Parts: sequence; C-alpha cells; structure tokens
Amino acid sequence: MSAHTLVIGTGTANTASVLAGLRRVGADPELTQDPRAVQQAERVVLPGVGTFAAARAQLDQQATGQTSSLAQVVQERVRAGRPTLAICLGMQLLFDGSEENPEVPGLGLIPGRATRFSETVRVPQLGWNAVEAARGCEILQSGYAYYANSYRLVPAAPGWERATTEHDGPFLAACERGPIVACQFHPELSGDYGMGILERWLAAAREQEVRPC
Amino acid sequence: MLMPRVIPCLDVRDGRVVKGVQFQGLRDAGDPVQLAAAYQEQGADELVILDVSATPEGRANAAETVAAVREVLALPLTVGGGVRRAEDAARLLDAGADMVAVNTAAVERPELLSEMAARFGVQCTVLAIDAAARAQQPSSAPGWEVVTHSGVERRALDVIDWAREAARRGAGEVLLTSWDRDGTRSGYDLELLRAVSEAVSLPVIASGGADTAGHMAEALQAGASAVLAASIFHDAHTTVDAVKRALLQLGVRTRPSMESLA
Repeated sequence: MSAHTLVIGTGTANTASVLAGLRRVGADPELTQDPRAVQQAERVVLPGVGTFAAARAQLDQQATGQTSSLAQVVQERVRAGRPTLAICLGMQLLFDGSEENPEVPGLGLIPGRATRFSETVRVPQLGWNAVEAARGCEILQSGYAYYANSYRLVPAAPGWERATTEHDGPFLAACERGPIVACQFHPELSGDYGMGILERWLAAAREQEVRPC
Repeated sequence: MLMPRVIPCLDVRDGRVVKGVQFQGLRDAGDPVQLAAAYQEQGADELVILDVSATPEGRANAAETVAAVREVLALPLTVGGGVRRAEDAARLLDAGADMVAVNTAAVERPELLSEMAARFGVQCTVLAIDAAARAQQPSSAPGWEVVTHSGVERRALDVIDWAREAARRGAGEVLLTSWDRDGTRSGYDLELLRAVSEAVSLPVIASGGADTAGHMAEALQAGASAVLAASIFHDAHTTVDAVKRALLQLGVRTRPSMESLA
C-alpha cells in the first residue's frame, strides 16, 4: 500500500513510543521533518512533549529550498480535513496558544488557549484518568487513558466532537472532526484503550482515501 | 479523577532482570521483554527499568533492552541508571523510554535536571532519590540523607531539601526509595513519604519495602501518587492484578484491567 503514516519529528517528543504504538496496530510509520512529505502523506501524526515554545519553533523552521514550513503544511492538512492525529503538546499546538509561553502563538486551528492546572492538584498530571466521550464521537471512546501534562484546554471546540476528563475540573481530553483527532492523553501509552483509538483513526483515514473526491 | 499507579520495576543488568537485597547478591529473575509483557497483561499502569549494570558494555545493552521492551509495551516506561548527561537521556528516549530517571549525576550536578527539563519537558524528568535515615540524629526530629552510587556513598544532603531543590530545577516526579526498607518487605517508609509529599507538589512514587497491597494502600494514604515494587512480582509471589483487586477491597481504586471492564 502506498499510503503512508508519517510522524513529525519535533525533536522534543517520545517519538519512539509513538512509532512503536503505530506499528502495533499495523501501520508502517516513518519519522520525518520534511514539510513536503508531510503535505503529501496520507496520514500524519504530530506528537509532542517538551515545551510549547520549543515545539512551535521546530514547526517554524524552514529548510532551504522549501516553500512551506511544517507549521504551514499542518495548518493546510487540518483545514482540508486530511487524516491527522495530534498528541499531547501536539494537540495544544493546534489551538491559539498556551499559558506556558504566552508570547508564542499556536497554529490557530481550534479556538482556545491551554492553561496550567491549579495548585490544588499535583502538577504534572502523571497517570491514568477516566475519559468520557460524547455520543457523536466515532474514533474516541470512553475509557481510561494515560496523561503526562501540566497544561490543559477547557474550550468548547465548536465544530468538534469532544471527550472530557476531570482533574482540577473538567478539561478537554480529546476532540475529533472526521479523520482529524487531537488527544491530550497519550494513546500510544494507554494500553488496549489507546490502541483502539489508533486503530479506529487508521481505519477512518483509510476510508477517506478510497472515497472519490 | 487521577488514579494511583501500580508500577512493577525491573532491575536490569547486562540484558537480564536481576534481584537482590540492596543490590547485594544479585540473582537472575528473567527476561525483561517477557516480564514487561506479563506485567502489562496483568494490568500494570507503568513500568520502570533501572539499569544496574556495572560496566560500559552493560550500559550499551540497556538501550537495546529498552528498545525491545518498547516494541511489546503500550504503557508508559521510565528508565534510569547511569544517566550522566542530557545526551544519555536522549539516547534512552530514542530507544523508547518516555521518562528518564536520574540519581547520582543530579546530586553531583543539579543543573542536569534543568537541562533535561528544558530539552525534554518537566514530565519527562524524574529524580530518583535513595534515602536513608540519618545515623545520628541531631534532634528528635526524623531525618533522611541522600545516598548515591547504589547505596555506597552517604551524602551530607538532606532528602527534603534536595526534593525541594529538584522541583525548583525542573524535576517532574520523584521516585523515592527508602534504602532502609529496600528488599526487606517490611512496608514502605511512611514517614519519609509523608515528609517528601508534603514538601513538594510533584507526584511521588513510593519505593522500597513493599510486600502487600496493605503496604501500598498505606503509602498512597501517606501522599504517594504511585507505588513501585519489584521482587514481589518477579517471584510470582503475587500479580499486579491480584494487588489491584486487594487495593480495591481496601477502598483504593486503580485503573481497572480490561477483564474487569468486559
């Protein structure tokens, strides 16, 4: 199959875990930092741990001879509704920004800003928490997912089907729109629950491929 | 609600899991990949691999072990042992670790914590503290000092002060091992856990001394966010699933295994 799953190497992520997770559900993923490859790939994963500013800077780097940055091609993909999975910090990058680095803009694809958990809970949130998926979700389901985050999103994400989790109040666990999924938790580290999400995302992406335009 | 984690720990030397009391008299306890897969099946919430190799060759094997475990493991993986520089951490992350624990090197050069946090994020930076009760008490207050080099060296460094400093420098979690309890199966050092969990707002993993689910429930009650154990699982003395069921009996909810959800 010519269809490719590319994982964007932001240089700050646990990409080995993401690659292994995708292999476990039958994908044949490769790591890339080439914007043209990301533009053309059937399926793209934007992982990310580390700081908001560092990850954004990686996406903005423009290689010589390239007309677009990674940030631009990710924006194009999401606007065009093409199969894309954003994980943890990768999800936060899709929004307007983060309290972590207030001066650094996000990709502006979904309205809202990430804010830090309050001091009433231990930060970072490290561990498993319950995810409650709305009825309209097709790829996301309710279950238990693994989180490793200090910042979270609480916006309404209009136009997206949402899943929520409770920690210092409710926050956005994940959201989906067609074959685009953004998860605050780590599906690649969330056991069978996470593998189910990866499988359904791959299946949704394949469905879109065969659909005539 | 965030659930407490039950974490089996694999002490790995030259590609094999080993066990011993306070790292003396090491015995072979199996293949790391097989054990990792078994613990995942039993419902482990996370896995810790500590490389206790004594040689550079053994250390080189550690990255291979991590890569092999990662292929079968759909759970978070913390790896520690012999990490001196951020570059060492990068190698373990590239091999498939999600978090990297540092111990001796951070005591000797605390900037290592800030360097790792800046490069990989706070949630990736775990400070492992081996704590021992002070031999001579200056007052009646309990106190612990940091020990390094696998217990060989006692430092004139207060555990509570060190945990606070590490949090300031960018550690995202504390893996707190009681050197007095390690391998004794007499329960975690609850006073130590209480003192460190109160001193920092980071999650704290309780380690050293676990034998029963009751010990684990006590540790969580004392402020730990996770409980780690090694030998009780390797011996088939008990399983993660059995421990989790016993915890539930004691009123502690952990992530249900897939079986219990079905």
